[in-house]
Amino acid sequence: MNSTPQTEFWKGVRDTFPLIVGAIPFGIIFGTLSESGGLSLWGALAFSAVVFAGSAQFIALGMVSTGAAWPVIVLTTFVVNLRHILYSTTLLQQVRHLPQRWRIPLAFWLTDETFAVAVRYYAEPSPIIHKHWYYLGSALIMYFNWQLCTMIGIFFGRVVPGLEEWGLDFAMSATFIGIVVPYLKNRPMIAAAIVASGLSLALHGLPNKLGLMIAALAGVATGFFLEKRLASNRMTEVGEAQ
Amino acid sequence: MNEFLLVGGMFLVTFLVRYLPFGLAGSLQIPEPLERALRFVPVAVLMAIVAPAVLIPQGDSVQFSWQNPHLLGAFAAFLAGWWKNNLLLTIVVGMAAFFICRLLIGRF
Repeated sequence: MNSTPQTEFWKGVRDTFPLIVGAIPFGIIFGTLSESGGLSLWGALAFSAVVFAGSAQFIALGMVSTGAAWPVIVLTTFVVNLRHILYSTTLLQQVRHLPQRWRIPLAFWLTDETFAVAVRYYAEPSPIIHKHWYYLGSALIMYFNWQLCTMIGIFFGRVVPGLEEWGLDFAMSATFIGIVVPYLKNRPMIAAAIVASGLSLALHGLPNKLGLMIAALAGVATGFFLEKRLASNRMTEVGEAQ
Repeated sequence: MNEFLLVGGMFLVTFLVRYLPFGLAGSLQIPEPLERALRFVPVAVLMAIVAPAVLIPQGDSVQFSWQNPHLLGAFAAFLAGWWKNNLLLTIVVGMAAFFICRLLIGRF
């Protein structure tokens, strides 16, 4: 089948559907909690429309409710979202050929979910020529869904009592686990996951979610060095066998 | 709370980290070892977010217990993911397990 911008776009939308299922409850609970957290209606809508970063919005909302000053919340947002610099570095090779009018919106719409589906699609051997349309399709459906769910959450938060007690935030954990499991195929990946989880728990008390970033970097380093060691062991074995 | 400054600041830092590598894409060359290290990024970052969300659901203390529906839901999601490599199934099974446990345990 020939790929056209249109077929790629819709394939991106379709492949993102499972992640939408997890994003729906998460977006709704953000909208629901926004009022009791202390955001105005417009503030809540602007969080989703302008910042568009699920877990960071959630953490920032928690800080607003405890009365943190805005520069501290901005700094925490920066730390929590630093992972996107790693995502966009990973995708760099794939967008290098695109003009800025593509790169700017694709960067704005970069999320965990779109990264997860796009990086998998770019790894497929099919030609790259229209793959940015796939990325765009995934990004736009995520964005559209996030705005809609925020509004639904704001509305239902005021109508349905106790909605914030339902534990809808678990949807984020389920989604992220769904993204992670396919990667856990070899020892370095599993070690990276275990180290990142363990350190993140141990350093949970650090201010401004710094523990999250340290744990993530330690996980990456563990995977990287373990893979290197396993590779050099294999080389030695091959050398001895010859 | 000045919401305008808050949203503006959050937008700036978030867009910056998303755009910086893309913006420099023309001149930036990624060394091969860094490229290999980057493959561990999604797993490490997402697990660093998930682990406290699941094990410290109230934000205060670690709850490594069968009374913690977040933990049971996460466990079910992992099992479903390993059993069938299907993203939708993993998410749905995880959420279903979470809500069932929550109803049965009747807390959190």
